[in-house]
Amino acid sequence: MKRKWQRWFRLLPLAALALLLSGCGKEGVSALEPLGPVAKDQADLMLISVLIMVVVVLVVGFIYFYVLIRFRKRKGQEDYIPKQVEGNTTLEIVWTVIPIVLLCILAVPTVPKTFSLSDTHSAKKESALEIEVSANQFWWQFTYPKQKVTTAQDVVIPTDRPVVFKLTSNDVIHSFWVPALGGKVDANPGQVTTLKLEADKEGTYRGRCAELCGSSHALMYFNVKAVSSAEFDRWIKEMKAGPDQPASASAKQGEQLFKQNCMSCHAVGASQTNKLAPNLTNFADRKYIAGFLDHDKKTLEKWIADPSALKPGATMPARGASGKLTDEQIKQIADYLFTLSVEK
Amino acid sequence: MSGTENAGLQAIPNPEKATLEGKNKFLGFWFFLGGETVLFGTLFATFLALRDKVASGPSAHELFSLPLTFLSTIILLTSSLTSVFAILAMKDYKAGAMRLWFWITVLLGLAFLGLEIYEFHEYLGEHFGFTTSAFSSAFYTLVGTHGCHVLFGVLWISELMLQSYKKGITTVTAPKYYVAALYWHFIDVVWVFIFTVVYLLGILGG
Amino acid sequence: MTTHAQSLAVSSQRKGFLHWLWTWITTVDHKKIAILYLFGGGLFFLIGGIEALLIRIQLAVPNNHFLVGSEYNQVMTMHGTTMIFLAAMPLIFAMMNAVIPLQIGARDVAFPFVNALGFWLFFLGGIVLNTSWFFGGAPAGGWTAYTPLATEYLGSGMDFYILGLQLSGAGTLMGAINFLVTIINMRAPGMTFMRMPLFCWTSLVTSALILFAFPPLTVGLFFEFFDHIFHANFFNTANGGNGIIWEHIFWIFGHPEVYILVLPAFGIISEVVATFSKKRLFGYSSMVFATVLIGFLSFMVWVHHMFTVGLGPVANAVFAIATMTIAVPTGIKIFNWLFTMWGGQIHFTTANLFAIGFIPTFVMGGVTGVMLAVPPADAQYHDSYFVVAHFHYVILGGVVFGLLAGVFYWWPKMFGRMLNETLGKITFWFFFLGFHLTFFPQHFLGLMGMPRRYFTYLPGEHFELGNMLSSIGAFGMAVGVIVLLINIVVTTAKGKRAKGDAWGIGRTLEWSIASPAPEYNFAQTPLVKGIDAFWKEKMAGNKKMTPAEPLGDVHMPSPTVIPFLMSLSLTLASFGFIFAANQAGKPHTGGLITAAIGIGLMLLLMLIHSIKDDHGFHIHKEEIMRIEKEAE
Repeated sequence: MKRKWQRWFRLLPLAALALLLSGCGKEGVSALEPLGPVAKDQADLMLISVLIMVVVVLVVGFIYFYVLIRFRKRKGQEDYIPKQVEGNTTLEIVWTVIPIVLLCILAVPTVPKTFSLSDTHSAKKESALEIEVSANQFWWQFTYPKQKVTTAQDVVIPTDRPVVFKLTSNDVIHSFWVPALGGKVDANPGQVTTLKLEADKEGTYRGRCAELCGSSHALMYFNVKAVSSAEFDRWIKEMKAGPDQPASASAKQGEQLFKQNCMSCHAVGASQTNKLAPNLTNFADRKYIAGFLDHDKKTLEKWIADPSALKPGATMPARGASGKLTDEQIKQIADYLFTLSVEK
Repeated sequence: MSGTENAGLQAIPNPEKATLEGKNKFLGFWFFLGGETVLFGTLFATFLALRDKVASGPSAHELFSLPLTFLSTIILLTSSLTSVFAILAMKDYKAGAMRLWFWITVLLGLAFLGLEIYEFHEYLGEHFGFTTSAFSSAFYTLVGTHGCHVLFGVLWISELMLQSYKKGITTVTAPKYYVAALYWHFIDVVWVFIFTVVYLLGILGG
Repeated sequence: MTTHAQSLAVSSQRKGFLHWLWTWITTVDHKKIAILYLFGGGLFFLIGGIEALLIRIQLAVPNNHFLVGSEYNQVMTMHGTTMIFLAAMPLIFAMMNAVIPLQIGARDVAFPFVNALGFWLFFLGGIVLNTSWFFGGAPAGGWTAYTPLATEYLGSGMDFYILGLQLSGAGTLMGAINFLVTIINMRAPGMTFMRMPLFCWTSLVTSALILFAFPPLTVGLFFEFFDHIFHANFFNTANGGNGIIWEHIFWIFGHPEVYILVLPAFGIISEVVATFSKKRLFGYSSMVFATVLIGFLSFMVWVHHMFTVGLGPVANAVFAIATMTIAVPTGIKIFNWLFTMWGGQIHFTTANLFAIGFIPTFVMGGVTGVMLAVPPADAQYHDSYFVVAHFHYVILGGVVFGLLAGVFYWWPKMFGRMLNETLGKITFWFFFLGFHLTFFPQHFLGLMGMPRRYFTYLPGEHFELGNMLSSIGAFGMAVGVIVLLINIVVTTAKGKRAKGDAWGIGRTLEWSIASPAPEYNFAQTPLVKGIDAFWKEKMAGNKKMTPAEPLGDVHMPSPTVIPFLMSLSLTLASFGFIFAANQAGKPHTGGLITAAIGIGLMLLLMLIHSIKDDHGFHIHKEEIMRIEKEAE
């Protein structure tokens, strides 16, 4: 029973390789399905290392099972005394040198890639897009400094050029990770770190916080929406123009309530930055509420009524700054927020 | 046992390492000092990383006065020398001389502590408290940790000397005197680094 | 001077349970302290295991509400902290205490008093940490306690973390110095360094690593302590502080810590594999060399925990290469174990099953470790479940498998009774298969984008299957542990008595004396004539070791309650500081006074210990002869 099981376990790394090659996980979420040049470079390095490691595991596994089967204690051999071998210099040199060679094979591509993937300066020369990211417990703000546009939770990037993210944090250490586009870099308070990413094709890629940052670390999602260059320019223009005025009576009422109850932290208007809570200029265009909740009015009302029930540790007060918003008023605010769309 | 010259014991040279217990104490204490070195190394590294982070508080350049710390340095180095004399006396089984030198060491240690307290008091007057800036936290922690070591050394040597009146110099007590002196040298060496890295660099390095 | 007869007279005044308790509280015997460490560490291992099960219940299905937000973070933090500091470390010290003096032919450790103090500091430190559950919640910053989260955004739980670890860390440091001196100074005649059993070597190197790795942790914890309780600015960005300093300090400690844990496990595996192959360890010299090299390199690689911090490509590349080099000495060890078995006669006892199970598991953990050393790829692996899988392969599959091999192997020597082999094999299979089922899928979860320390995941991210398998595996391991507990209870009640050479094929000195070892260990200090000294004597046809001295009275240190009282006074000081903490402003005076009293009591006890000379007592020759006769 034992040998059968263990042989099965020896096969697992092979299965791992097969899975790696075929890719798995959901598209737009997984590091195993790289969708940009950075993630592809990283996946290549992963593959090289996996291949080397599979060789190692196979060699060790072969000797291991041979030894266990060949030299097991058999019945009637109780008095047998094996030869007491001290060692074997040749063998020992062999299994010192071979790993060194394997590691050199791995180190050779590792070093140049370490430098090239962290090189954000030459990326700038290629007229890369610069986006400032500031992380907060538990949401993300994105500012396009050249375009003077600020948004939150969903970041829009063009597909035709690399993007350099300049990361910082307003409170604790967070980490900015979009697995399908590339590895993560930490967002540290009081410092700016940089990360270069690029998307090959249009689509929405899931991003998340990867460094423990408090109660809702697990819910600190964001989205990277990659669009064509023309669409990106249009989006910037629309963001600057801002959303249309609300039409319905309820939404108009909601706007008033929003101004009284929410504006001390939130902002509507893409030029407004450095607020205590996410900028909501294009709220209605986003994919999720608070980064992870279904994007519908019902959920939004639940969220406004009691945010920390849905996202533990969220600092947003229940029922507005006053804490006194009625269900009806919350409904009106929700109506207003769903008019905040810039995409025509 | 009177504690002064004892003919029966004088036959054993290096009483601090004459027994296995003594040897163990000797070696163990060296290892302990190895750990202490890493401890102070970490404190120094942190101090170096934070020495320019003065926030709104005063900087090293504005605070430190060379004459005062130079005096502290002389005092502590002298105390190291007196503890060497104490150990030499111990190896000769001259308990009286050993006590004299150790008591001088203790007095010098107290003088050093007095100067340090005066210095900290001055800094507090210049609004340089523990919570003023990252630099102040790192400074007080590094220098204060050293100060606590000096204080502990003073208490330890004093306590050993009081006992020595009764117990004298034996293969049981000699290792204790010896490691206490080792400890004292160690905190002197640390002070030399503090003097260089904290004060000299602070004043000269701006 | 107290004689043994007098001390017996004194102790016989306290009868029954209290007497029993008093013996354990005051003991300075390394064999008893080993048992204390085993049960202390075992207790915390069970607590940490229960926390692991809670984690796996929460993560079994997406969007679960069993443990949410901070509650999850508390359990997750306590699981990691408990397992590393309060389970793995003390269990290693249990093995070292039980075996090292016997293996080097010594009657005792160098500092029996310090040894007891080390245990009580560890144990009470663990208690301090765990009392946080009852006073406003456990620490929630992860076992790494990154700042400023830990210092500015979390509540009183962090104070328990800081002070609990400070206490148990001090205990560990003392234990390390004790074993360094013991191994260097107390070896029997003929036991040269290159004749020491490999477990002694790995323990020696581990002790040296502790000596140099724990002081940075102590300093780092003091920084967090000052920041959290006295509002210092080490990690406070607003006043010029820098949280990255903590990351450096923590990992300068934290990486060697991994080797501190795994080297003794390597040592245990080397002993067990050699014994149960009936062969001497293959390539002993290169094993020693590899051990020392691993210890040395372990201080040069800490930045590989920080590849994503943004330290720049130069630092990352240098530390990547340094990290890869560790694979070489580790590889040497793996092959040496395989070739120890080659040509041998492999006995599949439970102890050896754990050792054999260790080898492929550790290879898996090792190769993923090399993968993690590639910085650009690590940007994807870092802080994902891939890393969780990797370090559980190394620490659970490596350290805990090694420890369990050691427990089964040396149990007869510690307690004088054999553990049941059938139950032992059931434990092994549940634990081994449960382990792989739990952690193998986590590699893929990580690559698929699941970060570590997430209290939940959303449906539709394709994380469901892996997490469910993982949770099932965790319960498999739990079954294994329960069977082990049953095994212990059953065999303690009516297990087979162990002979001195319990396995019949023992090679090293501990098997040359009775099981359990008598209080004085060796009636006569043995003369060591080569590596695997006892095996050599047996091959020469002798039943016992050649003595290096005539039979005589044996001097023993007296039991003392001072180590326990010292630890209690430092515990008092810790609680003083914990309750002095006041996030709003100045620390509470009451707490500070309590802390001062605790520290004052400690100094007083040190004074008493310094003044009071311990003359010990003698076990007389006649009594030794009587005990030796009974054992035969």
